[in-house]
Amino acid sequence: MAKINSVADLKKLREDLQAAEQAKAGKPVVNVSLATCSIASGGKDVMAAMKEEAAALSLDVEFVQSGCMTFCYAEPTVEVTLPGKEPVVFGFLDAEKAKAVIAKYVKEGEVVGDVVETGFERVVL
Amino acid sequence: MAEKKQLRIATRNSGFIDPENIDSYIAVGGYLGLAKCISEMTPEQVIEEMKNSGLRGRGGAGFPTGVKWGFAAKYQSDTKYVVCNADEGDPGAFMDRAVLEGDPHSVLEAMAIGAYAIGGNKGTIYIRAEYPLAIERLKIAIAQAEEKGLLGANILGSDFSFDLDIKYGAGAFVCGEETALIASMEGSRGEPYTKPPFPAEAGYWDKPTIVNNVETLSIIPAILVKGADWFNKIGSETSKGTKVFALAGKIKNVGLVEVPMGITLQEVIMEVGGGCPGGKKFKAVQTGGPSGGALTYKDLDAPIDYENLIARNSMMGSGGMIVMDEDDCMVAVAKFFLDFTMEETCGKCTPCRIGSKRIYETLDRITMGQGTQEDIEKLKSLSVNIKDTALCGLGQTMPNPVLSTMRVFEDEYTAHVVDKKCPAGVCSDLLEFTVVADKCVGCTLCAKVCPVDCISGAAKEVHVIDQAACIKCGACLDKCKFDAIIKQ
Repeated sequence: MAKINSVADLKKLREDLQAAEQAKAGKPVVNVSLATCSIASGGKDVMAAMKEEAAALSLDVEFVQSGCMTFCYAEPTVEVTLPGKEPVVFGFLDAEKAKAVIAKYVKEGEVVGDVVETGFERVVL
Repeated sequence: MAEKKQLRIATRNSGFIDPENIDSYIAVGGYLGLAKCISEMTPEQVIEEMKNSGLRGRGGAGFPTGVKWGFAAKYQSDTKYVVCNADEGDPGAFMDRAVLEGDPHSVLEAMAIGAYAIGGNKGTIYIRAEYPLAIERLKIAIAQAEEKGLLGANILGSDFSFDLDIKYGAGAFVCGEETALIASMEGSRGEPYTKPPFPAEAGYWDKPTIVNNVETLSIIPAILVKGADWFNKIGSETSKGTKVFALAGKIKNVGLVEVPMGITLQEVIMEVGGGCPGGKKFKAVQTGGPSGGALTYKDLDAPIDYENLIARNSMMGSGGMIVMDEDDCMVAVAKFFLDFTMEETCGKCTPCRIGSKRIYETLDRITMGQGTQEDIEKLKSLSVNIKDTALCGLGQTMPNPVLSTMRVFEDEYTAHVVDKKCPAGVCSDLLEFTVVADKCVGCTLCAKVCPVDCISGAAKEVHVIDQAACIKCGACLDKCKFDAIIKQ
């Protein structure tokens, strides 16, 4: 990783990173919550199951990990963003239900299982 | 929830970015706050901006962050320290862990901003060793930031340098108190010392030191980027911005919520939290952990901010909210928290060391039905005296659970003492399980499940519980299909 030597370089890097993200916008993104609590309730198994299912169905899916999604009651939780659609958060997952999310929602756009309500506004810098 | 009650500032990135990848943080505007400080603002301007924002410490006491930084900036020293207090110890509070695990760079960035503002160049994160994942992600974050030149020497090509390290705590509650925390970091016993001198004058290794909580820090980059005026418009008159609460206990949506200050308890518990599960009636919520107090069903309309909570014998604390429903006994709850503080008192000052023990013993007597009216009076005077005389925040707030529960539920205390009854049916020594004769069909299930064989009666005849032998386990009550056993 190269050093960032000026404020201008930092801003340039941010723009490049945003552009790179934009370029990937055509792909479904699966964001798995992996904080201590999510891992304890099986988040890593969910991630593995979803990767396996996506590979089995030959789907091109971008997997990312993140921290706490704040929905402790519904862990493990996964946020799925299909191209051009609002993100949907699926909760109360296990390996089987997670596979269904890939096979049904990611592949066919059909919502399955428990969707977690997300009633918040997020500050973006 | 049609209307969006929550506003996420401190938790803006948690759950959205990869905490183990610095690029993920930079893409959402990470380190722009620090960049703005270094390139466009003098340290004085940064402090002024923080003062104007109205941000107050999220760790408990609610001291204005900008003022704290201003104090440390005034003192001349070759070394000044920025300390991140990540010693989250309240039972039921986990927002700091969430931020550290979900957005560690925001804390690092804010610490660098603080160092720039006070004229320091060293920082330490004091974190409890029982947060291994948070520690791992912090280490990754620090290494990546150093590689990118966002920590270390000559940050972003400027003259400003800032180094960070991590110190581990053993999980003592008192070490969340800033002077005890500093003592622990220096390798001494985690005991508080008398202020002044305040850490801003002589803290870590006797150098000017600012100690800020994780949640406070995570908000700071957002304030710098979006401006003090933006932040100042959110929240209530005296408490600006948002607060993260950890909802736990008898509540449907257990988890973290971040809401603007000044929101009512009703909105947080009933609307955002979804109310108590199973249609039970909401009774009270313990805010601020063991140092806080109970807000009750009578306080539902109260706007939540620092002043309003203190006026109700509670406090903001770090933002834990343990929700209780009609099945919870307030005396038992107070006893639970006193048990915690009694274990966690460091023992340095007498009011806290002996006072916590005496309060606990009195509460224990009351829950066993051996309390007297005099005990209730003694609890009150003892609590007030401890608040006035204890050395540090732990002792000064330790009687809060007693005072705040008495404020609304003194009748429950009286019921334990005078009627020898526990209205919520929790304190087992005061309970009696009896068979309702006209409902009992004599199925013998209760007698079979009783672990001490204290239920007698022939098949198809009314059964009887031997009160002297009954251990009040409640197994018979759970087993009975005919509602023929009652607890009172």
